[in-house]
Amino acid sequence: MPRIEFARVSKTYSRQSRTFFWKYFSEAMGGARADPFYALRDVSFRVEHGESVGIIGPNGAGKSTLLSLIAGLTVPEQGTVRVDGRISTLMELGAGFHPDLTGRENLRVNAALLGYTRQQIDERTGRILEFSELGALIEEPLRTYSQGMMLRLAFSVAIHVSPDILLIDEVMVVGDQDFQRKGLDRLMEMRRAGVILICVSHAPDLLGMFCDRALWIERGRLEMDGPLRPVLDGYRSRAISAAAP
Amino acid sequence: MAGNNHVFLLTSLVLRDFRIRYRSMSLGVFWSLLNPLVMMGVLTFIFTRIFPESRSHNLHLSILSGLVLFNFFSLSWSAGTVSLLDSAGLIKRVPMPRVWIPVSAVLSNTIHLLIQIGLLLLLVVVAGIGVNIHWLLLPWILAMEVMFVCGLCLITSALHVYFRDVRYVVESAIMVLFWMVPVVYSFEMIPARYHSLYWYNPVAAVVIACRSVLLEGRMPAPETLAKLTAVSVVVFTLGLVWFQRLRHRFADYV
Repeated sequence: MPRIEFARVSKTYSRQSRTFFWKYFSEAMGGARADPFYALRDVSFRVEHGESVGIIGPNGAGKSTLLSLIAGLTVPEQGTVRVDGRISTLMELGAGFHPDLTGRENLRVNAALLGYTRQQIDERTGRILEFSELGALIEEPLRTYSQGMMLRLAFSVAIHVSPDILLIDEVMVVGDQDFQRKGLDRLMEMRRAGVILICVSHAPDLLGMFCDRALWIERGRLEMDGPLRPVLDGYRSRAISAAAP
Repeated sequence: MAGNNHVFLLTSLVLRDFRIRYRSMSLGVFWSLLNPLVMMGVLTFIFTRIFPESRSHNLHLSILSGLVLFNFFSLSWSAGTVSLLDSAGLIKRVPMPRVWIPVSAVLSNTIHLLIQIGLLLLLVVVAGIGVNIHWLLLPWILAMEVMFVCGLCLITSALHVYFRDVRYVVESAIMVLFWMVPVVYSFEMIPARYHSLYWYNPVAAVVIACRSVLLEGRMPAPETLAKLTAVSVVVFTLGLVWFQRLRHRFADYV
């Protein structure tokens, strides 16, 4: 069964901008070791099959780091991350896109990068094209596309992968209202099919639509973990009291 | 990721590079052929008119074979080294197997290499040297060069993520190697005591082996082939191990 498990996970980044060589050199010579910056500190949680979890918190709280760790893009300094199941991400739209290639060529490269098999691309290109509403434009080079059209293509590819776990960065749910509606419908559909959705957001309204649980991250720590409503309420009141003089 | 899926991703990336390079040029693939031909013309002029004492039979083909093989080495090594940083967006946000980024940079240059080798073979036949049975060794020799460069790129591209100086080291090394590979001179001109220096340099070994097959119709010395193969396999294996160890933190440093 697909699931995600974090056990006492900490992730640090080195604070200084000095390059590796000088850092090791100065440390070896007895220089002070700069304190690392904790992007996440001692975070533990579990997500089981069929759950759909929102991650909230202010900018810089560590939400993206959390997503990167689940995706296996980076590794923790302490603790263990365990992820079972095929992961896909809606974190970067249009990976590998190039303006000189046609929409269709870009679609294929992008899909391959997102983990589609050749067979899956052949099967789903029709659905992806229909979803994107690009029509005959798909044979034109990408540089002739408007920003909105490009995002539609990228989003349509990303939303048709069939993962066990889908990681979503909220800013990626894009487009005009009709198109956004379609995107959200598709996410709901995946959720009903049992896909674990992990959605990062700092504007929590969107989460209400398809999350039943939330993790609230504050300065790298897991502040609260529970059903969506109470966590959102907690986060809102905290945000308000922090904003008050 | 299943095996055939890796192959599909890799071919998609290689094809993408190839298409991008030629899509907006009206002469397309001919640029691949023009550059080595012009260089061949210039160098042949220098070595037949300015240093006429060094004139040898089919000098232009000897120079072209050296150029084609060396250019592949230098272009793919420098492209491969910077490939991870050039794909920072992928490294930071897309969980795809990183190893294909430098490897696809090398393989898309391999397409150009094959086109240029085609030109070289054509010129060899036109010059009346003729086809011989040893041509069958060429795919092996070229495969070893590709493997060697892939290994180098795995090492230097991973290092380059952490130390941004690496690309300049690579560029300087390429400049030095141009003179340490018999491109504009032949192996026979090198004093014997330096020979081992060339045998263990896979790029030089590839040039020497290809020349003996194409221009002299002789089987390359088995020792050269053995050393070429051994060094390439070792460098490639080291590269893979090295890359797999370093790749986990790429996203923190690109």
